[in-house]
Parts: sequence; C-alpha cells; structure tokens
Amino acid sequence: MRIASALAEVGPTLDPVSDLRQLTTYPFMVNALEAGTIVAVMAGVVGWFMVLRRQTFAGHTLSLMAFPGATAALLLGLSAAAGYFVFCTLAALAIGASTSSRARSGRSQESAVTGTVQAVGIACGLLFLSLYQGVLANFESLLFGSFLGITAGQVLALLIVATLTLCFFAAVGRPLLFASLDEGVARAHGVPTRALALGFLIVLGLAVAATAQITGALLVFALLVAPAATARLITARIWASLLLTVALGVAITWLGLALAYFFEYPVGFYVTTVAFALYVLVRAARAAIDHPTMLRPRASRSAAGA
Amino acid sequence: MMFAHEFFRNALLAGTSIALACGLVGHFLVLRAQVFAGDALSHVAFTAALAAAAAGVDTRIGLFAGTVAFALILGGIGERASADDVTIGIVFAWILGLGVFFLALFSTGSGGGNGLLGARALFGSIFGLSAGDARLAAVIGVGIVATILAIARPLLFASVDPAVAAARGVPVRVLGLLFLALAGATAGEATQAVGALLLLGLLAAPAGAAQRLSANPYVALALSGAFAVLAVWLGLVLSYLIPSLPPSTAVIGVAAAIYLLSFLLTTTALRARFGPRPRGSIGLIGGN
Repeated sequence: MRIASALAEVGPTLDPVSDLRQLTTYPFMVNALEAGTIVAVMAGVVGWFMVLRRQTFAGHTLSLMAFPGATAALLLGLSAAAGYFVFCTLAALAIGASTSSRARSGRSQESAVTGTVQAVGIACGLLFLSLYQGVLANFESLLFGSFLGITAGQVLALLIVATLTLCFFAAVGRPLLFASLDEGVARAHGVPTRALALGFLIVLGLAVAATAQITGALLVFALLVAPAATARLITARIWASLLLTVALGVAITWLGLALAYFFEYPVGFYVTTVAFALYVLVRAARAAIDHPTMLRPRASRSAAGA
Repeated sequence: MMFAHEFFRNALLAGTSIALACGLVGHFLVLRAQVFAGDALSHVAFTAALAAAAAGVDTRIGLFAGTVAFALILGGIGERASADDVTIGIVFAWILGLGVFFLALFSTGSGGGNGLLGARALFGSIFGLSAGDARLAAVIGVGIVATILAIARPLLFASVDPAVAAARGVPVRVLGLLFLALAGATAGEATQAVGALLLLGLLAAPAGAAQRLSANPYVALALSGAFAVLAVWLGLVLSYLIPSLPPSTAVIGVAAAIYLLSFLLTTTALRARFGPRPRGSIGLIGGN
C-alpha cells in the first residue's frame, strides 16, 4: 500500500518546467499522467450529468462495484478491467431495473435498492477475496488505487472506453439534458426518458470501471462528484460549466499525481484532498460574492441596515 | 454444536443487538430518504477507526466519536436546500481519502498489521469479538434501540410530514439531529460486526423489505428490526456451517435475499390483484 518513500530523488523545485521534466522522467509516470488525464475528462463529463440528475448515491454505489469486479477477476484469473466492467454493468442494470419497475413509494425505495445493491456487491467482493487462496498482500490497492503499474496497453483501453463514453454523450447529450432537467416535459415531447436513464447508468458504470483502475474503488467518487459540483458553483451556463468540470478534473488529477510523486503518501489521499480543498474554496468565494454582508461584522451590518 | 463455542455466543449476543439497532434506524433512514447519509456515515466509520489507530486511541472511541460528529455535521449542513447529496458526497469522498492517509500513517508507525486492521475496519470481524466486546456492544445496541423506541412516534410524524409536525409543535429539527446522531452511533456499532463497507446493507435491505410489505409504519418498523435480526442469525449460522463463507458476506447475503423475496412477493401480489394489464392502455405504453 504505502510507497516506501517518495519516488522523486529531489523534491519539487516550484519551477514548473523543471518539475514537469522531472515528473515525466519515468515511463510509468508518463503512463500514469496519460491515464489520469483520460480518466479525468471522462469522469468529469459523466459526473457532470450525474450531479445534474441527482444520482450521486447511484454513482457512488457503481463506483464501489469495482471492488467485487477486481476480486472476481483475481479469483478467475482474468484481467481486472474485465471484472470491473462486468460488475459495474450488472449493478447499473440492477439499479436501473429497480427504478423503472413502478415502486410504490418512489424515491425512498430506490435508495433502499441502491444501498442493498452496494452492500451485496461489497459482500461478493469480500467472498471472492476470502476464496482467493493466493497471497494478496496489497488488497488495499484495489480499494484505494495505485498509479505505479499502469501499462501502455491499459492507457489504450482507457482511451477506447473514454471515446465510446464521449460518443454516447455526443449522440444523446441533448435529450439526456432535457430529460434530466424536466423529466415530465421531456417525456411528453416523446423523449424516451426511461431508456435514457438506463443508458446513462450503464455509461456511468463503464466510466467508473475505467476510473477505478487509477483511483481504486473507494475514491472514484471524488473525481466524479467534486469537479462537477465545483464547476456548477462557478457558472450556471451549461457549456461553460461542462468545460470547466473537465478542466478542473484534469487539474485535480495532475496535481494529485504530482504530489504523490514528490511526497510519500498515497495518490488517493492527494486527489481527494485537492478536490475537496478546491470545492471548499469555491464555495466560500461563492458565499462571499452572493452574500457580501455575511462577512462584515455584525455591528456594521446593522448600521448599514439602519 | 455451535453454541458450545464462546466466540459464537459472543457473536450472537453482539450481532443480535447490532441488528436490532440497524433495523430500527434503517427504517427511519429509508423513510426519510437518508440512505445516502447512512452510506456516508459507514465510510466515515472506516476513517474514524483508522484515525484512532494512528493516534493510538482505542478504536471504538474513534469510531463513535467520528461517526456521531460527522452525523451532527450532516445535520448542520442538511438544512440548506438544494446541493445536499453532492455536499455529502464531496465531504465523505475526502474523509475516505483521509482514511487512506491514516492507513499509510499507521503502517509507518506499526510496521506490520496495518492490512489486518484496515481489513477489520472495512469488513468487520464478528467472530473475533471477546466476551467484553460483545457485552459492551449489546449494551450500546440496547441503548440505541431504547432511544429510537422512545422517540419513534414524534420522529415518524416528523419524517412523514415535517411541515405539519412542526406546526403541531413537534421539534422537527432537534429530532432530525438526534436521529442522525443515533444513526452515527449505529454505524460505529455495526462497523465492529459487519464492517464499514457492509453495514449499509443491514441498514437498507431489511428496512426496504419491511416498507414494501407493510404500509403501516409501526408494522414496518417491527418487521425491519425482525428482518435484520433474522439476517444476522441466519448469516452467522451459515457462515459457521460453511467455513469459507465470511460472516459479513453471509449476513448481507441473507438480508439481500429477504429484500429480493419481498420485491417478488409485492410485485406478484400486485399483479394478482390487478390482473393482466389491459392491452389498449395507451398512456402506459406510450409513457415508456
């Protein structure tokens, strides 16, 4: 789990050019940066729609499905990516099916199903882990990710998945947006909202499965939710916030990878911390802009009011 | 026989009280559509346990302090309107990242054993509880159950219709905070049994099943508790009989099976009541 010491021989110099050159010294690091960029773009776009559709719980559940996927693949001797994709798709179908069967009490049942699916997935992962007879020293890396062993082949696979995902959004982005903003009106206009919802969940599952290879099952969620939520605080315009989400995601990933390269703690910690810090900063700035009086001392505010 | 083993009796004692607490708290989580908050609490439990270990404090103190504190924070930010789920999500994604940090920190301090502690916090170790652990878990579980039962009536009112409840003088906000604190304590408690990653199943599945089967909230509350206890009992027995089956997996497996059964029962019952769907109902076909 823990990297024995920082990988870099010298610390960051705070000179961007030389830092960047040092960062790209090793081929594995170049792979990690490429994979991280692809993943950040994809997770940003998918996460933007996820936040818009208020499906963070489903997104989190799907992201955890990478854990049973990885352990099942380990048990069967398949590649981890295959396991990720199978389990994430299965979970997306389970959640999608439960929401489309007209539940009596709507949203609360939906969340109960999502929670159950999540626990069952993790329980399966634990079962596979205990059935696996071999020594598994670093099971945490399945959960928390590692950027050390990414091969050029994996980068190519990620690129293909990301392209497919972006094609999906290019094709159905407009009706999906319509359905996400106002489902009733969209349905009345003949938009197949239910098929779109299921399709979106499956794409979310695929994107999550790809992302989990870098960040691990437990931390995918940060890349999905944080850039989108931050961007939506900054601007309400659709295209601007979508592009901003992608940019923020890439920035967070690069910064996280660089920090993990120069300092000794795990990459997942840095990625989540950078993402969270950015969100808090933007939220505070937003609050200061929207309610400037809140920052003034109480006395001056009441004086201004009088 | 399995009851001859002390570890099994300990597991049964702790498991029963934990299950009862999870069943009752889970009922309200589902009713109030706060399952995602339960999800967040369960992940906070992991970080809290590891933070306590890294600081050299008893894990249980870390667990309860961490989950209850996070529950109160959730209650604090919960009053703002729109971005709730997203805020919860961002905060707990970061807390999880902190958990990784503590795991790394702890491993530098202790040399080995970090994987074991991490695994225990994530997946629980109900067969590893000592008699003292089990008794303490039982006492805390009974305390949670008693508190929930004491506030059940106003809490139900506040959950089903907060506006009317507030108008009638029910302290909706205080109840909500108290309930979240109880949910936090339950998460801390259940982490010992089924682990941080699995306790959501014990919160969501029995409660979801119970609410499918009964529209009466009190009946559903009782059913939810009963289902959770049943899941733990059957799960423990199954895992005792099949050594390669981890107890946490068995418990969650039974809980999920109960949910699936209730799902099938209610959908077939509905179909039997209303008969085959009429062919010409354009609204239904066109609506899809």
